[in-house]
This record gives sequence, structure tokens and C-alpha cells, in this order.
Amino acid sequence: MTRKLLLVVLVTAVVTVGLVALLVNIFERKQEARNPFYRVVELTDDIEDPAVWGKNFPQQYDGYKRTVDQVRTRYGGSEAVPRTPTQVDPRSVVAQSRLEDDPRLKTLWAGYAFSKDFREERGHAYMLDDQTFTERQQVTKQPGTCMNCHGSVYVPFKKLGNGDIIKGFEQMNQMPYFEARKLVSHPVTCIDCHDSQTMALRVTRPGFIEGIRAFKASQGIQNYDVNAQATRQEMRAYVCGQCHVEYYFKGPEKRLTYPWSKGLKADEILQYYEENPHSDWTHADTGTGVLKAQHPEFEMWNQGIHARSGVACADCHMPYMRVGALKISDHHVRSPLLNINNACQTCHKWADTELKARVETIQTRVYGLRNRAMDAVVALIGDIKDARAKGMADAQLAEARKLQRYSQFMLDFVEAENSTGFHAPQEAERLLAESIDYARQGQLALRGVKVPGIQPLPAHTPVK
Amino acid sequence: MKALPIVVAVLIGILTAVGGYTFIYAKGYSYALNDPAICANCHIMENHYAAWLKSSHHTVAVCNDCHTPPGFIAKYATKGLNGFNHSLAFTTGRFPEPLRITERNFKVTEKACRKCHHDIVEAIETRSGKKGDDLSCIRCHSTVGHLE
Repeated sequence: MTRKLLLVVLVTAVVTVGLVALLVNIFERKQEARNPFYRVVELTDDIEDPAVWGKNFPQQYDGYKRTVDQVRTRYGGSEAVPRTPTQVDPRSVVAQSRLEDDPRLKTLWAGYAFSKDFREERGHAYMLDDQTFTERQQVTKQPGTCMNCHGSVYVPFKKLGNGDIIKGFEQMNQMPYFEARKLVSHPVTCIDCHDSQTMALRVTRPGFIEGIRAFKASQGIQNYDVNAQATRQEMRAYVCGQCHVEYYFKGPEKRLTYPWSKGLKADEILQYYEENPHSDWTHADTGTGVLKAQHPEFEMWNQGIHARSGVACADCHMPYMRVGALKISDHHVRSPLLNINNACQTCHKWADTELKARVETIQTRVYGLRNRAMDAVVALIGDIKDARAKGMADAQLAEARKLQRYSQFMLDFVEAENSTGFHAPQEAERLLAESIDYARQGQLALRGVKVPGIQPLPAHTPVK
Repeated sequence: MKALPIVVAVLIGILTAVGGYTFIYAKGYSYALNDPAICANCHIMENHYAAWLKSSHHTVAVCNDCHTPPGFIAKYATKGLNGFNHSLAFTTGRFPEPLRITERNFKVTEKACRKCHHDIVEAIETRSGKKGDDLSCIRCHSTVGHLE
């Protein structure tokens, strides 16, 4: 009897525990669904410390801090390479050297600081340190302009310009790098992309405000004001386009300028540099005025199918994720290949192995062609160098030099762009093919053969 | 000794009360209904519900029109099966993201398209019977119900 009683109590106890556990679980889920937001600090337009913003937005801040991760993908991503800290460079970990991986780059950039030190880019968390401590700083004097994209400059701009970011921008551009460096304390932070009161995205970099205005004017839209006229979805690409672009320092004021008034394609940018004569440096081997493409992700993405379909940078690099019942943008900005589930599968309903294979197929083709183009440009550089050594006159070298300038920039446009062609596969391959052709023509020109030279962009007339 | 029946009765009473309260608190009864809002009882469905509200089909089809087969018994059997599986997944947190439709539910939805659009698509139908070979409506028209 007692045994039976005990058994009944035991069974009931177990079932009750199960039921109450379920009840509590349901309660927790219901609490989650209330989307709690606790404003524990009052944010203002002058707070640049991301840790303060992170008190109100702990999930986003948590992701942001993870950009310290160093993870490789097949063709990109950085590896943590240990180094012994020195007086001038206290970093104990850096990324792998691209110059050691591919010494042809030294020939490509002969006479330019990039031939001294060029490493794979690391995450946002390192942008300030890696720029401060690169060996390039020791071989050349860089201007304060660099700070635009290597630090959180919005608040420093405001302070310098007494509230006017354009004035602050103009002043910082003209400072020596290390003087400007003292004014900046963080890599990119919340305030560089977000309005402190509404959290809406906004553009804070004068270079982009002016560059996109010039580009829109070329499309027939005058006086474009990006912060007033861009849609929310466009902003999800424009805030990234503030820095992930081709640029140069214009004039003695070193004004950061995005060369977009002719368009965003590499050819149109080259045309801009013809009309607004500019060379980044004179090539040490060939004496050619040449250009270094920076990191034209925004321009390349604009030529691709994802841009055409309205997919913004943030859709793949900061995809939506679920935290409890909250839907947030993943602020751990990284390669979509490291997060295929959220980045790709929202639209492409295939297995992640399949999606990865598709991306790597594109990248393998582009990388192969990039290597062929690199050989071609290096061969042209070698031929011009030889011709100079044998005393060929500048007038006879002119055509080959112009072809070097074009073929080198087109190659670099794909090489410097951080997607190994994925942002716009056909455009990347077109550029590499034209780069090879120009290198070939340059070699012929040196032999006295008459060549067609630089070709205009093929005109595209849409079917009506 | 008369204690046992009384103890058993008390325990059953407690169990029924806790169970009943949980059921009512979780709005368990609502799952027998047809209103799409109740499918978002679990917050995980909120995005799907929001997407459905903006979709082309929101004026002509509710969740059950596309996610349950026709016929009283088939409908409630499917609701019961999915209800159990979803509750289990949501409670334990063991499910993949982004959410993916199961093979069984995929077939239900494919058939549901044809409930209304049969006359139009009859001519292009393929009936190989082989898995993955037949023409799928939602492979291309993935946004008509809810994109997410």
C-alpha cells in the first residue's frame, strides 16, 4: 500500500515538474517576445566611445567587438601571424604579408610605399592600429587625410570645425598624419554610421557626400543630398561606401576625393584621371605615371547582379540574425562565406556546401585570370625597363607607358578589390581581359608596331 | 485505509490544474482556429506573419489554406503533427536557421497552389513521380505567400 502510494506521488511529481518546466519555458518565450529595450544611457551626438553605445545595444556591440577575429576563407581573410613587438611597432600579431605571397606585387608597385609593406586586411577592430604601425609610415610622409577611413573621425571633425564636419575634414586633411592621429581614439564606431537619437543610418564622410553627388550628377540628378534623399536600403550600402572605395588626395590641400564624376567603372575612373591629371606615383622601373587602385568594393559591387537586385552590403556582410525574439543586423562584419546560413540562404535556398562551391568556382576563375594578367603586366614593365636601359626616347615610350598605366590599373582594380571578383564576376573578368590586352599592345608598341590603343567602353543601348 | 484514493484525487486535481493553466496561458486552444495571427503565437513566426501581411496572397489565403491539406481530418491531422513538432522545436530550441520547410509540408503547399491555380498550370505539369523532378510552383514563386 505504502509502496503504491509512493509510486503515485513519484509519477505525479515527475509529470508536475515537466508541466511546470513547460510553463516556465512558455513564460520565458513570451517575455522574449516583448522585445525589451533598456535605455540605460542617454546618447548624444558627441559620444564616440562604442562601449557607451553598447550599454543600450549590447547585442550589436557584442558582434562589433568580434571583428577582432582573424579567419581565412579560400581566397581572402587574414591569418594571425605572430611578430616580435618593437619600439615603433608594438603589434604582437599581424596578418600575412601579401608581398611575400606574391613578389610580383613589388614589381607592380616599384617606387611606391606599398612595395615595402602590404598585408592582408584584418577586421574593423584593427583598422586604426594597422594604419598607424605599417612600415609604409616609415618610408613616406602620409597626410591626416588617411584618418578619414582608419579612425572614428566624426566627433574630431566636429570639434575641429566648430560643429561643421566639412570644415573639420578640410583641416584634418592638411595635417601631418601623426598630428591627426592624436585627435582620434577609436577605429570605426557606432556614431560613424548611426544617428545617436534615432539610430537611423547616415553618412558622415564628406568624401562620400561629395563623391556620390558627383556620380549622381553624371546620371542627370543634380545637387544630390545623400542623407536626405537615399532610401533606407540604399543607406545599407552607402554607409559602407564611405570607405570601401577608390580615392585619391586632390591638390595641395590633400582633399579626399572619390573620382566618380564620369561613373563608377574602372574605365570611367581612368577617364576621370585623364581629365583631372593625376598619378599616385612614378613607377621606378618604367618612369610611367601610374595609379594604385585602393579597395573599390563599392564600385565593383555596383557592377554586379546583387546591386542590380537591390541587395546591399549589409544584407550579406551584416545579415539579419535572431537573438531571442529580436531581429538584429549582425554587427560582426565579415565574409559571407563564414556565415552562409544567414548571409546567402535567406534568398538562395540551397545547401551551404552548394553555395560555397558556387562562390569558389567564380573566385577560382577570377584568381586564375588575375595571375595571368599579373604576368602580362609584369612582362610589359620588364620590356619598358629594358627599352629605357637601351636608351629609347620618351616619345617612343609614350604609347607603351600609357598602356602600362591602363593595364596596371585595371589589374589592380580587381586585385585590390576584396572579393576575388565575386562582387561582379563578369566585370572583374572583363577588366582582367582588357588588362592582358593592353599589356600585349604595350609590348607590341615597344617593337614599333602600330596598335589600336585604349578602347572606349562598349556602348550599351538598352532594348526599348 | 481510505487515504490512497483521496491522495490520488488531490494529485490528479493538481495535475489537471497545472496542465490546464499551462494550456490556457500558452493559448493552446487557439491552434485549432484559422486566424493567421494565432500562428504567430510563438514569436518565431512573427517575421513570416509580417511578410504574409505584405504579400500578394494575403487577401485570398490564410496560413491554413497553403499549409494544410483539404478535408477536415487531413487538416487537423496536419495541424496536430506540425503543432507538436513546432512546439517541441521551439521549446527545446533545436531547429536550424533560416527555417526550412519539411518534405511533407512542402508537398502539402505544392498541392495547395494547384487547388486554385490548377486550370492555369495543368498544361505545364510534369508527373514523373521522381523526387525533385516535378515542377515546383514555389521554387520560382517563392514570394507569393511570404518571402521570409
